[in-house]
Amino acid sequence: MKILVSNQSELPIYAQIKEQIKEQILNGQILEGTVLPSIRMLAKEIGVSVITTTRAYNDLEKEGYISSMQGKGSIVLSKENKILKEQYLVRIEQGLFTAVETAKRIEMTEAQVHNLISQIWKGMMEE
Amino acid sequence: MNLLEVKGLYKSYSGFQLHDITFSLPKGYIMGYIGQNGAGKTTTINLITQLSNADKGEVRIDGMTYAQNPISYKEMIGYVGDEFYFPKEFKLKDIRLIMTKFFSTFQVDKFNQLVEEWKLPEKKKIAEYSRGMKVKLMFASVLSRDTKLLILDEATNGLDPVVRNDVLKILQAYIEDGEKSILFSTHILSDLEQIADYIIFINEGKMQFKASKEELIDQYLLIKGAENEINQSLRSKLIGKINGDFGFEAIISADDATEFGSRFVYEKPSIDQIVLHIIKNGEMTYAGN
Repeated sequence: MKILVSNQSELPIYAQIKEQIKEQILNGQILEGTVLPSIRMLAKEIGVSVITTTRAYNDLEKEGYISSMQGKGSIVLSKENKILKEQYLVRIEQGLFTAVETAKRIEMTEAQVHNLISQIWKGMMEE
Repeated sequence: MNLLEVKGLYKSYSGFQLHDITFSLPKGYIMGYIGQNGAGKTTTINLITQLSNADKGEVRIDGMTYAQNPISYKEMIGYVGDEFYFPKEFKLKDIRLIMTKFFSTFQVDKFNQLVEEWKLPEKKKIAEYSRGMKVKLMFASVLSRDTKLLILDEATNGLDPVVRNDVLKILQAYIEDGEKSILFSTHILSDLEQIADYIIFINEGKMQFKASKEELIDQYLLIKGAENEINQSLRSKLIGKINGDFGFEAIISADDATEFGSRFVYEKPSIDQIVLHIIKNGEMTYAGN
């Protein structure tokens, strides 16, 4: 897990922590079932207050990314989790939206885009 | 569960009064006690550590008052101040001896481990130690005891950035198990700002506010702009306006930002900036009276 906080950022520190963990869960760098560092350990490691890390973890829990249990720490929930699935879907939609929008700009046809997607899909399968 | 409870503390000296200081600090958190020189920070700390007696009010540490059990009460407190409190002629062996005699929970092994970790010279007299080494030595002596409340009175003054950073790590490790708490007083907040959970600000012996640091930072915005851009209604919303030749600076409640609009520059304030403008605002109010 990688977390880099900046005092210069527009985002409050708790939000920076939250967004970075979220990003790493969504892009697969933090796997489901991973036990996150404790709130207090994380606060110490990145040099922020306990209230700050608590707020980040509370938000992640509310948004369905992690589950916190007293004394057991916080665990990254399964991708099968409904809320999380929704988040993935939003992400896929955003990516495709950008792709389709760009394709339209250079007047590609729907079929061409489909074709491109399936090529990329197959290419990734082979890797 | 509160580790420290301070209720209605009063103390008056000739020319100075501490008024109705009331706050609590939950277990496992860090609180910054801030104010200008002479605001009453050390007076408050002396009342908590029972170096002096309050005229009125009560202090409880982990539920216990000093009167209930003076020895246990003092054993719970670890204190590091800005002045070094061991005799300058001492070497480490003398400190081991005196700490063992004075404190029942002093663990020599723990002390030796810290001394080694922080590379404090065994053979030198304290007089030859640098300021950073002296501060680390005070921390080593305090952390080798079984304390519950760490009180720091301007302890990080005059430390170089490397040692200060070490101290921050020491403090965060101290509260990591969630059972112990830290109260630190300072007039310069910048270095400790990031790790503080709660902030209390006192001015002229009176509490001005207490809040979680997150709340405080979310609550205010720093605003900069030109004098001729503000009308009467906006002017009344500025807190602690400071005028410069090329514009003014103030803080505003974050909720008012939309009303001000895009003609102004906004920044997230530091705690120091919030405090500066609140003090400034107080002065203006007095002048208005």
